[in-house]
Amino acid sequence: MTARDALVVTTPPLKSGRTPPEGMVERRGAGYWMTHLGLIIGLFFIFFPIWLAFVASTVTQPEIVRPPMPLLPGDQFFENYRKALVSGINAPVALMMLNSLFMALGIAFGKIVISLLSAFAIVYFRFPGRRLFFWLIFLTLMLPVEVRIVPTFEVVAGFGMLNSYSGLIFPLIASATATFLFRQFFMTVPDELAEAARVDGAGPMRFFWDILLPMSRTNIAALFVILFIYGWNQYLWPLLITTDPSMNTIVMGIKQMFPSGDDLADWPVIMATSILAMIPPVVVVISMQKLFIRGLVDSEK
Amino acid sequence: MATVTLTDIRKTFGSTEVIHGVDIDIADGEFVVIVGPSGCGKSTLLRMVAGLETVTSGEVRIGGQRVNEREPMDRDIAMVFQNYALYPHMSVFDNMAYGLKIAGRSKAEIATRVGEAAKLLQLEPYLDRRPRELSGGQRQRVAMGRAIVRKPAVFLFDEPLSNLDAKLRVQMRLEIKQLQRRLGVTSLYVTHDQVEAMTLADRMIVMNAGVADQIGPPLEVYANPRTEFVASFIGSPPMNFLPLDVAGEVAPGAARLGVRPEHMRITPTDPRLTAEVKYAEALGAETLVHVALPDGTMATVRQSAGELQPEEGASVGLGWDAGDQILFDAKGVAV
Amino acid sequence: MEKRVTFKGIWLPLLLVLPQMFITAVFFFYPAGQAVWQSLFIPDPFGLSMQFVGLGNFEYLLTNSYYRASFVTTAIFSVLVTLVSMGVALYLAVLADRLIKGSGVYRTLLIWPYAIAPAVAGVLWLFMFNTRVGIVTWYLGTLGYDWNHVLNGGEAMGLVVVASAWGRISYNFLFFLAGLQAIPRSVIEAAAIDGAHFWTRFRTIVWPLLSPTTFFLLVVNVVYAFFETFGVIHTITSGGPQQSTTILVYKVYSDGFVGQDLGSSAAQSVILLLIVGALTIIQFKFIERRVHY
Repeated sequence: MTARDALVVTTPPLKSGRTPPEGMVERRGAGYWMTHLGLIIGLFFIFFPIWLAFVASTVTQPEIVRPPMPLLPGDQFFENYRKALVSGINAPVALMMLNSLFMALGIAFGKIVISLLSAFAIVYFRFPGRRLFFWLIFLTLMLPVEVRIVPTFEVVAGFGMLNSYSGLIFPLIASATATFLFRQFFMTVPDELAEAARVDGAGPMRFFWDILLPMSRTNIAALFVILFIYGWNQYLWPLLITTDPSMNTIVMGIKQMFPSGDDLADWPVIMATSILAMIPPVVVVISMQKLFIRGLVDSEK
Repeated sequence: MATVTLTDIRKTFGSTEVIHGVDIDIADGEFVVIVGPSGCGKSTLLRMVAGLETVTSGEVRIGGQRVNEREPMDRDIAMVFQNYALYPHMSVFDNMAYGLKIAGRSKAEIATRVGEAAKLLQLEPYLDRRPRELSGGQRQRVAMGRAIVRKPAVFLFDEPLSNLDAKLRVQMRLEIKQLQRRLGVTSLYVTHDQVEAMTLADRMIVMNAGVADQIGPPLEVYANPRTEFVASFIGSPPMNFLPLDVAGEVAPGAARLGVRPEHMRITPTDPRLTAEVKYAEALGAETLVHVALPDGTMATVRQSAGELQPEEGASVGLGWDAGDQILFDAKGVAV
Repeated sequence: MEKRVTFKGIWLPLLLVLPQMFITAVFFFYPAGQAVWQSLFIPDPFGLSMQFVGLGNFEYLLTNSYYRASFVTTAIFSVLVTLVSMGVALYLAVLADRLIKGSGVYRTLLIWPYAIAPAVAGVLWLFMFNTRVGIVTWYLGTLGYDWNHVLNGGEAMGLVVVASAWGRISYNFLFFLAGLQAIPRSVIEAAAIDGAHFWTRFRTIVWPLLSPTTFFLLVVNVVYAFFETFGVIHTITSGGPQQSTTILVYKVYSDGFVGQDLGSSAAQSVILLLIVGALTIIQFKFIERRVHY
């Protein structure tokens, strides 16, 4: 296969900008409706669990524990969500959401800032150790935090960063996916722009600030979406380092809401929390769909 | 305003030397065009003048001052890039103003100078637009405007017209020439298009494989090419080269004989040699007749449209005046 | 590929890479080095000193039936998750690609699960299949099937596979749809003129042209199944019953943090490190070929 064939994958699916086929490939009539039917079955498979969780978050506990539970929402919406947000089970869910928000924003901003700076340095400078640095960064590309949890935990504990935002954030910034994405993007910026800036008298930081950064806006935004979701959805790491319920993030907090032993779980509150845990990332993804898809397909991560 | 002097300029990338010692003297206000095929080193030469490439050895002087070690911004030059290199996220105004802003000029001064340049280039209606909202020709003008507002001592052009379509290229060529005349700024212009070089240059430099083969006014270069390379590169269709024995000429030290297509004629009387007509291209005002000489060498005869057109396959006599022929030695240097 | 233009200076770029270098060194290289170091030791029973055992931890692991079982579990789990999520995603992408209008609407709806954390996905599926209150469990019961993933290892595996695959469909769908839409319409129309019907066209034209996407997704999904499904397993089964859903990452966690067996956990980390390294090389070779530079 040639490189050209292979390149098709990177074409972002921004829009189906294809000319409509002249009825030859696309069949109208039965085939057309079968297509929709097939997709709707798929949507059902995707949405049924979410719908059920939503229904469960609007009914009372007795309605759930006597199966089968209802399939249409009940009237306990405000009651269940109020209870979850204000008191929760171990900690108020509102507080956990705030923790998640800090963590997600911290990871997204932190990673974008350090990655922009180092990608700029790698692409636009020749300095001693540049290649070494490049390969060190490359090594970190795919190694998830899950693999090195025990020693990382010890480092964080040694710094006294257990139950702290910095402990939640820093270890998850230590990877190079974003640096790579920015490097790839900077490589596509025409050389002449930097030359024009030099002729115009701009120094490196001025060029970075006035030209490179504004040009990277869409990439930054797309990466922000991906990193926000990545941060919000972290599970294992917060599970390890937040022993204090008031530092729990919402995604890991849900599991903590299940009673140990044989007691019955408070399903309406747990399900309300689950819904609350998915709202922010879903909203971010849906509202920034185009950016997000482009970022995803570009960064392949 | 300034002179530009290059003295024995050399450039090596790694261990390969790509520019083999070039000397150029550009007078104040002169328009000099460097022309050559791609890869001949012409852009590298220009970029060394701009300060975007380091000079391996030799000296670049602008206005008498050695500038080898100076940053581009300190050389009092402005450059127009092949792809324009407009800042995509800035308006036309900001694109032109950027250099002045960095230089710390006052807002009022920036507005005046950008305004003047915009007026000169008829860009006034577009000042608020982004580059992507402009046509190719307009972008080209913005790139020019960015160079003009700096009021530099030297303009550097790196194939500025090669991204335009043919018609626009002719028009912009004219505009660049007029603008340079009006501003009187010393200009160094790089192109691979020999027509651009002929029409724009006060003097042109024909470069070949890292060497300046010939420097001189366009017509002088056209009439008296110093090498076979120059003779074939300048002029379209290129000069015909005939082996001496085929041409029936005897000259010690010479290997080939060159005649421009317009100097060659199809003649029944007193031909210097006979050839077979392969095909003829009627272009309207003129016709190009392609003929094969007895030894198989191809040659082109440029006729005006009124002349009798020979049939394909016909055997014809060829003639030319001895004064129009140029002899080249085995190395391709004019004798 | 290198930039033609560079700025001068040595201290500025070093300053620019410093933050990343620092964080990566402290939170990445040092812990990774620690993992390798610790894997060579076992602590004494009181945790007071460490005894050097060389490759003993690895030897122990590779002969340990639980660890080998975990390897097999991981293999089965990854293959199933990858096949299910990619299969469903491809099916949906092919359908959405057939639509001229409306594929955008389906896409908007289908990307939801991408935003949902694996742990939350686990809770959603756990709720449906809960042995006491789960609605699917109840319906299966009325059909005479007694679902109990808490006791039945096969059912537990099925549940974590479906929950993991469910969360991954969006991602695969987006890439497949992008791949399909990048296939020139003219190629497909040419095949149609040649008389190829839908299935033939798919088999002989679309599938081969889609293979770069498919291969890329295979690697990425295996990595996902290996590492990012921890949340699903932890919420649904906690590795049980009888370790039947204990994948390697889960075992690192349970041995290291629950069992406090640091040497073994570190050795397991090193083994995972090697696996990821291999996958990275495979992916990099692929990307290298794919992105021509």
